[in-house]
Amino acid sequence: MSVINLQQSCKPADYKSAVKPIWCPGCGDYHVLMSFTRAFAQLGLPPEQIAVISGIGCSSRIPAYTNCYGFHGVHGRSLAVGAGLKVTRPDLTVIVASGDGDGYSIGGNHFLHACRRNIDMTYVVMDNRVYGMTKGQPSPTTEPDFDTALSPGGTGVSPFHPLVIALASGANFIARCFSGEPNETADILAEAIKHPGFSFVEILSPCVTFRPDEKEWKNLIHPAPVATTNDPARAARRIMTDDGFNIGILYRGDRRPYSPEFGTQGVDLAELEREFEQ
Amino acid sequence: MSQKTSLSVAIAGSGGAGALTVGNLILEAASASGWQGLLTRTVGPQIRGGEAAALIRLSNEPIECMPDQFELLVGIDWLNAHRFGAEIPLGPNSLVIGDPRGGDRPESFVKSGAKILDIPMKEMAKAIPDGRPNMIALGIAGRLMGIAEEMIDRLIEKQFAGKGQMAIDSSRAALKAGYAAAAGLELSHRLPPPSVKTGRRWLASGNETTALGAIRGGIRFAAAYPITPATEILEWLAPALPKVGGTLLQAEDELAAINMIIGASFGGTPSLTATSGPGLSLMIEALGLATAAEIPIVVVDVMRGGPSTGIPTKSEQADLNIAFYGLHGDAPHLVLAPQSVPDCLFTTQWATYLAETLQAPAIVLSDQFVGQTRAAIERPAEVAFIGQRARQTEFAETYKRYALVANGVSPMALPGAPGGQYTADGLTHTEQGIPTSSSGDHQAQLDKRRDKLERFAYGVHWATIEGDGDIAVITWGSLTGAVREAIGRAAGDGINATLISPRLLSPILPEQFAAAVKGKSRILIVEQTHGGQFYRYLRAHYDLPGEVRVLNRPGPLPIKPGEIHAALKNWRT
Repeated sequence: MSVINLQQSCKPADYKSAVKPIWCPGCGDYHVLMSFTRAFAQLGLPPEQIAVISGIGCSSRIPAYTNCYGFHGVHGRSLAVGAGLKVTRPDLTVIVASGDGDGYSIGGNHFLHACRRNIDMTYVVMDNRVYGMTKGQPSPTTEPDFDTALSPGGTGVSPFHPLVIALASGANFIARCFSGEPNETADILAEAIKHPGFSFVEILSPCVTFRPDEKEWKNLIHPAPVATTNDPARAARRIMTDDGFNIGILYRGDRRPYSPEFGTQGVDLAELEREFEQ
Repeated sequence: MSQKTSLSVAIAGSGGAGALTVGNLILEAASASGWQGLLTRTVGPQIRGGEAAALIRLSNEPIECMPDQFELLVGIDWLNAHRFGAEIPLGPNSLVIGDPRGGDRPESFVKSGAKILDIPMKEMAKAIPDGRPNMIALGIAGRLMGIAEEMIDRLIEKQFAGKGQMAIDSSRAALKAGYAAAAGLELSHRLPPPSVKTGRRWLASGNETTALGAIRGGIRFAAAYPITPATEILEWLAPALPKVGGTLLQAEDELAAINMIIGASFGGTPSLTATSGPGLSLMIEALGLATAAEIPIVVVDVMRGGPSTGIPTKSEQADLNIAFYGLHGDAPHLVLAPQSVPDCLFTTQWATYLAETLQAPAIVLSDQFVGQTRAAIERPAEVAFIGQRARQTEFAETYKRYALVANGVSPMALPGAPGGQYTADGLTHTEQGIPTSSSGDHQAQLDKRRDKLERFAYGVHWATIEGDGDIAVITWGSLTGAVREAIGRAAGDGINATLISPRLLSPILPEQFAAAVKGKSRILIVEQTHGGQFYRYLRAHYDLPGEVRVLNRPGPLPIKPGEIHAALKNWRT
């Protein structure tokens, strides 16, 4: 993150737009929006200094519901849009918002390389383990026996583990949140934004329409029992062996963020063509 | 230009023989002597060490295409040289020099009727400590092309400076031996002595001038995914951009590359990526996003043989359809095509200017021929086209990013500006940028994006139009030079033809085109595609008067000026 201006009025409402969300009543993403605005207010970031970038899906509708600059692009490519923006505008705070279909399936390759590249931005994935916008198909985090019209009897394919993938790929900050705890989530988001490099925050955000079973998540989640580590090996063991409902900052690394070389402005353009001259 | 006012030589050799080094030195020495010229390389499919040929054409005038025939072919050896048979056309006026111990002379070279001569280059090189046959070949070719020995001698010192005095001395000795061996030999004609140099001479490829044009137009960010034959654009930009306050980011794939430049441009930085057909295919969805969200970007497509992987190292013009029609929905965008190595600079700069001015994506359709050809040219004139995006920085009331303004170009707020917050969206949106599925908003925004392109005054640069004959030869892109040369020759037969080559392919300009073809009785369309894509494009959008013929062929063999000339000459009505 770049600009902290504590002079600003810092009410969560300042970060909310007047646009009415298309989400279903009871959708976890309402709480994620609430966590966003609370985290921004907590940090005192001027709304115009924040860019919220997304792809396609229910969760990707979030930019327009904030009062920040927003970008709602094509399916799966939000991390690339965010990378191009952050590299050329390091003064901005860039938040990339995604879902389990957008981020892990069609955008899976960009996820790996964004972790590896370690550009200073925050990646929030609202994971509801289902494609909601297209009405209930299995995603990469869906259980193998989830019965749908597209996958009668279930896919038979094990879900993958985004946090382990993020760790192995080089993400510098890894956390798991639950949308039903907007204050805790806001605190973790604020930490993620402050942490230099690529921060990955997976938010378990129930889809009450196509996964009513996820209403049960509020009874399953629990705080991470041990403190945050900066040791990738320890973090890997924890993440791979926990029950998937461990909430908190699970890894905080200290890799240097990617920062490309920018020369000084105003170099004589004629200098560039000198190599063509004989 | 007639065959007589230029001189062409091909140097062929197996992997490691050094044919391309010879080609570069000939072009550079000729350029330093005051001639202009082109060098194209043709190589086998191997990554390293395959057979290679350097094709060089020199003249006193700008050269924009390869000749109908080569006056000279020097084979350092003949291993696999038959693969170049079709690319090195020879005739009875040609001279072929080879090493008697260099393997079997390819049948096609013998059948051409060319005069064949043996010079034992290998043996001569052996007599020189550390001597190399390609330097003997350089001497032979240099003398026959009429280049002064000291011009090449001077370059050798530069070329081999890093390899020690031994390499310099042996190369010089071999060069001298080559010049001596060519004593008494003559080509079918001589190149007139170079005209006086009138300006600073440049040696550059089209890919390099493309990159410079981008920077001159204001590009300060590039995202890169390597692909033949476009990579040199990105490799040139990588060190150049930081010198002007910009940067380049290597992407994980073409999908990321184009979305990165969209992100950067959303933030206010003029941005570009370069690719070839397979990459352009992957970028099409995001081009639609840039169209709908009105984000200026430039995508250079250095066309190669297609479809699919096609022929990565050879030229074709067959990406016209995907560039023009590839986007889903009604998605007006800019498509431009450079016509020569120096024009790659102009067209890319202009494309950047247009993209920024009109807040729309621009596709620049370059090709392998013009992109990878190295040319000795006059320094291109500087032009004033520098991207200027309409911006809004003060916000009294609710900001309408996509306001319906008269020229269709609504001023853009950049992140960081207080009060200008909006969400750029690929969804159909209102003037404010809020998603909607209303028919009125959909129609209004489609109209806006169409009108801003169609109402813009593009000026004279939309096409190259030369001559006032009642036959029009309509072509595009890198074939423009071959057509220009053919029309020049046809003038010698009393045929008066007009060259029409649109530089701006999208949007279409019905009034300008109608004026250009007005009163023509015959139209010859020349293009490097299998399916006649350009002909069909013209047919779809414009009225073509009179009788229409099409001269088309897919890559990889370039359409030669002689073929176009013949089509004009043999057109009996």
